[in-house]
Amino acid sequence: MTDPLGVEDLLRELAPQVLGVLVRRHGAFDACEDAVQEALLAAALQWPEEGVPEKPRGWLLTVATRRLTDQWRSESARRDREAAVAAWDPAASSSGPEPGEDQPGDRDDTLTLLFLCCHPALSPPSQVALTLRAVGGLTTGQIARAFLVPETTMGQRISRAKQKIKSTGARFGMPPAGERAERLRAVLHVLYLIFNEGYTASSGPDLHRADLTAEAIRLTRALHALLDGDGEVAGLLALMLLTDARRAARTGPGGLLIPLTEQDRTRWDAAAIAEGTALITDALTWSPPGPYQLQAAIAAVHAEAARPQDTDWPQILSLYRLLTRVAPNPMVTLNEAVALAMVRGPRAGLDLLATLDGDERVSGHHRLDAVRAHLLEKAGDTGAAREAYRAAARATTSLPEKRYLESRAAGLNGTD
Amino acid sequence: MKYMLLIFNRPGFVEELTETERQELFAEVDSIMKELDDRGEWVGGEGLADPSQTKVVRERDGLPAVTDGPFLEAKEHLAGYLTVDTETLERAVEIASRWPDVRYGGRMEVRAVMEAAGTEM
Repeated sequence: MTDPLGVEDLLRELAPQVLGVLVRRHGAFDACEDAVQEALLAAALQWPEEGVPEKPRGWLLTVATRRLTDQWRSESARRDREAAVAAWDPAASSSGPEPGEDQPGDRDDTLTLLFLCCHPALSPPSQVALTLRAVGGLTTGQIARAFLVPETTMGQRISRAKQKIKSTGARFGMPPAGERAERLRAVLHVLYLIFNEGYTASSGPDLHRADLTAEAIRLTRALHALLDGDGEVAGLLALMLLTDARRAARTGPGGLLIPLTEQDRTRWDAAAIAEGTALITDALTWSPPGPYQLQAAIAAVHAEAARPQDTDWPQILSLYRLLTRVAPNPMVTLNEAVALAMVRGPRAGLDLLATLDGDERVSGHHRLDAVRAHLLEKAGDTGAAREAYRAAARATTSLPEKRYLESRAAGLNGTD
Repeated sequence: MKYMLLIFNRPGFVEELTETERQELFAEVDSIMKELDDRGEWVGGEGLADPSQTKVVRERDGLPAVTDGPFLEAKEHLAGYLTVDTETLERAVEIASRWPDVRYGGRMEVRAVMEAAGTEM
């Protein structure tokens, strides 16, 4: 989509600010969010034609307030609230701070909105959809296209999420200090999910999803600007930058997946690597290492190797061991097994994998079979490797992964 | 996750139902569809025409050869499908278990839909 005036970027930036002001004035997050969405749609239609208004935020506030008034006016059951809104003069929006001027409330509103959209009463997919709309300023149509569902379906999902928040009686404000750390973890998880949705998308109809990566980085950057003293926020931003730096190298023609060791490293994004590495290096000097920081540190170690054989595997192994201690998870063990195999040989890696055999969280998961196949291949057990690749290919629901795994299996035909 | 729910039933079974049973069946389907809409789980779906409208393509002597229906003797046919986007496989299975055709000797298959995205390994 062409956007010579930068209208879309501007709207996305203003969306949470306008929503924050509106919710503060009128309460009713649910209705305000709809009103802001309508104002954004109106702006997306008008501004490219008529030019960006002098005070874009004031414009959006006025239009959103008008929509809110209309909406309440049409609901006779809400007469008292209508009176309250009608008493407030929409023109007064221009008497507020000028757009572009830094209003103290704005920065906090983005954070408050993130906490609200990632409310624990919502399932992760609902948190993701609501965050993209209310904080990211994406339209329902854009979110629907990114998740390959009809627009009405996504609209319904978002309005259900808002109803659910309403029913919990959650208020527009920062969560209590005692809950904040836990709630921030949920926010980071949602941003990470948005990033992954986009990162795994490669080509064709999935291109809309690829935009989600940029959106996740933008939102995490904004969060990092607000909470620059949080090591995990810095770690997540670094992890996203270092992972996304491989984008151009990770797929070949037709969306074919290229494993890390076979990627053309000259196609990695050096600027993103430099920024991510600087962020994580700094964070680790003052923050206790959390899971995102450790994953970012691992990505940074991979990134600094000009050739796969230059990779500092002992360091990666010790980082995975630390990660296992901080956030034990079978997926981490899988990666630790790969690192261990690089340091001590494939049999050591396979022995570690064997400890996962009874683990319900990964049994039958294609990643377990894929890693096992890879290590068996390295160990020279071609027949078993081929079977494991095939098992992984049957278990994955990703087409490019299936193709990759099938071609690995086929490559082993007749070699044993 | 997206799942396709394939509806298999015996051709013509609806014709054997009483008017009341038929109304009930359609009402049940309507109510499930409405629930899927409300919950934001609906992705798409179609009912398929009678098996007598079918064309079958097979290779014969190295070339694709087309044969017509009807397949009156068919005990079971694919009557339609719906695609849902649910948070869990369990939820997709629950939707399938409530589909009325199951009660009338039909069966539902819940199949995971492949994604075009993937992660490097």
